[in-house]
Amino acid sequence: MDALILQLLNGLDKGGAYALIALGLTLVFGTLGVVNFAHGAIFMIGAFCAVTLRKILTISTQVRDESITLFEAYKEVPILEAKYPVVGSIIVDYSVPLAIIAAIPVMLALGLLMERGLIRHFYKRPHADQILVTFGLAIICQEIIRHYFGANPIPQAAPAIVAGSANIGAFLGLGDNVVYPWWRLIYLLFSFIVIAGVFAFLQFTTFGMVVRAGMQDREMVGLLGIDIQRRFTIVFGLASVVAGLAGVMYTPILPPDYHMGMDFLVLSFVVVVVGGMGSLGGAVLAGFLLGILQSFASMNEIKSIVPGIDQIIIYLVAVVVLLVRPRGLMGRKGVMED
Amino acid sequence: MTKSSATSDWVLFIAFAAAVLTMPIWLAPFGANYPDLMQKFAIFGVFAIGFNILFGLTGYLSFGHAAFLGVGSYTAVWSFKLLTMNVLPAVLFSIVVAGLFAFLIGFISLRRSGIYFSILTLAFAQMSYNLAYSVLTPITNGETGLQLSLSDARVLDAMAGISTGRSLPSTSLFGVKMSGLPGFYFCAVVLIIGFFIALRITRSPFGTMLRGIKSNQTRMSYTGLNTRPYLIWAFVISGMYAGLAGSLLAVTDPLAGAERMQWTASGEVVLMTILGGAGTLLGPVLGAALIKYFENIFSAFNQGTLNQIFDALPDGLQNIVVEVVSLFVGDGWHLTLGLLFMITVIFLPGGIMEGMRRIGGLFTRKKPQPTSSSTTAVVDPS
Repeated sequence: MDALILQLLNGLDKGGAYALIALGLTLVFGTLGVVNFAHGAIFMIGAFCAVTLRKILTISTQVRDESITLFEAYKEVPILEAKYPVVGSIIVDYSVPLAIIAAIPVMLALGLLMERGLIRHFYKRPHADQILVTFGLAIICQEIIRHYFGANPIPQAAPAIVAGSANIGAFLGLGDNVVYPWWRLIYLLFSFIVIAGVFAFLQFTTFGMVVRAGMQDREMVGLLGIDIQRRFTIVFGLASVVAGLAGVMYTPILPPDYHMGMDFLVLSFVVVVVGGMGSLGGAVLAGFLLGILQSFASMNEIKSIVPGIDQIIIYLVAVVVLLVRPRGLMGRKGVMED
Repeated sequence: MTKSSATSDWVLFIAFAAAVLTMPIWLAPFGANYPDLMQKFAIFGVFAIGFNILFGLTGYLSFGHAAFLGVGSYTAVWSFKLLTMNVLPAVLFSIVVAGLFAFLIGFISLRRSGIYFSILTLAFAQMSYNLAYSVLTPITNGETGLQLSLSDARVLDAMAGISTGRSLPSTSLFGVKMSGLPGFYFCAVVLIIGFFIALRITRSPFGTMLRGIKSNQTRMSYTGLNTRPYLIWAFVISGMYAGLAGSLLAVTDPLAGAERMQWTASGEVVLMTILGGAGTLLGPVLGAALIKYFENIFSAFNQGTLNQIFDALPDGLQNIVVEVVSLFVGDGWHLTLGLLFMITVIFLPGGIMEGMRRIGGLFTRKKPQPTSSSTTAVVDPS
């Protein structure tokens, strides 16, 4: 029982990341009709926003080490901490949450730039061309990151106050065995909030209403005198912010490296296909579902029955879903059928 | 009409065969005439030709062809380990196994088209890659990669009384060692055969059918034709080519690793095909050779050689230039690859063959397309 709850939480965590990426993918599919293979790279760049911010905050200087009195010893201390001992160390400690604030404008700018500079010219081209050009872009992003940050994962620490684990067992009355890292819980909450935010934005604002209308019938909305193109560009920016934030928040869970984007992208595509192309709800549902399935499949009890099932469960589910329900769980008729 | 095109096909084929076989001579000025590199040209040429049968003819973009390459390599190495060091059984087994594997994946993936198909094949390739690294370690030897060892059975060799003694045996074709130039000639002959088969397929009714699927699949089905068997066959054939290429990789260097199945490898063959020109016969081979050539040149550079090259520049400028250029060479070769990828797709979707056709058009006729500039014609009446 304890193990089940832990795996459920693990799955929800993973599913949160899949859902956030898949949500962005679906938004871009639904609005622009573009298959964006560079979306994983955006997730990865988001993660590296956190890495960069931490690097900037911890630019170090040499300070006399007072604890050694025999000779003059120096130690490296971040400038911030040396200058403002209390505030500085708090800021460094909270670098990941702070990175969220820093990442929003960066990712928005990146998304808008990408749409204006590249994606826009590919609306009329075949899907194969769209896939290829964004694939090339993904390689470029990945290699630039690798050049500047190296090939090894760079661990990021969560703030000290949430570095420990929460005793969920005691909270739920299941005994003290069920403990779970605070940060993962926060991540879960965060992904729920972002998903709810995106849905609320689309459902309850005029902008969102226009975008939804545009997804239904782009031409009609255009005829009504609305510059749907501009809105869609902003939606692309929004999708990249969502993916970027998912990346930032995921850094304490998985040390970011340059190819994390592609690893997540492949799975997120599967998630989108399972959920149903063009269906936002489907993407979120399938994201959490597949995340949970994956983490249950990686339990030792199950792995001992079917070895290696944890590696392929997602793909197996995708195959079954495509054979039984070709449109995915919540796909609508006529959306991206070709 | 048909007769003349058949003749021109033979001319094309013979010219191609001659060009491939004389590679050691005419590649010398480029500094690319050493066997290792030429083997790569031929092997990836085979890979790209096969990929082109699927992508170029039917328009189905597979992102998982590296999986078949990997399967071919593993099969070939197992054949070396268990049966014999002779390359022929290895090549045959690889083709068969890769074909079966392709049938399995194609049968499922081809239920969808367009993006779905690309994603499904990508997912299957990633799945194979993951499996090769984890559960299938007894077969694939995981991260170390599958290698020959002294304790291998080699049943047929043992029966024939060939003993290898204390050193690791090398691959051979009835006694001719498959390394260096003989290895290249073996790959070259395979490439030529592969090219011939691709040529026949393209010109056959089957090939026409595939092109019909590319231009309008719905219309094809409206004529009462079931397109699925054709697609599956195209997929299987191109998977067999990939398996063949994988086995050739193992023939020239008998080890196989899972990294061959990674999505970057799948992306590479896509790039080779579109860089050369998807749907053309020569294009994929050309693209494969170009990419392998540039890879070879670009990855050889390092900071030191760059500093030497740009030594003439003033110091400050030299540092900047070296810093910028080093992004693209050595380890950063993949960046160049990505850039090449984007440039090709954006500016020259038809690839090099399309570019050459355009250049050719400039010389043969003055105005190949009247749509290009009607305004200049008014300004310049000459």
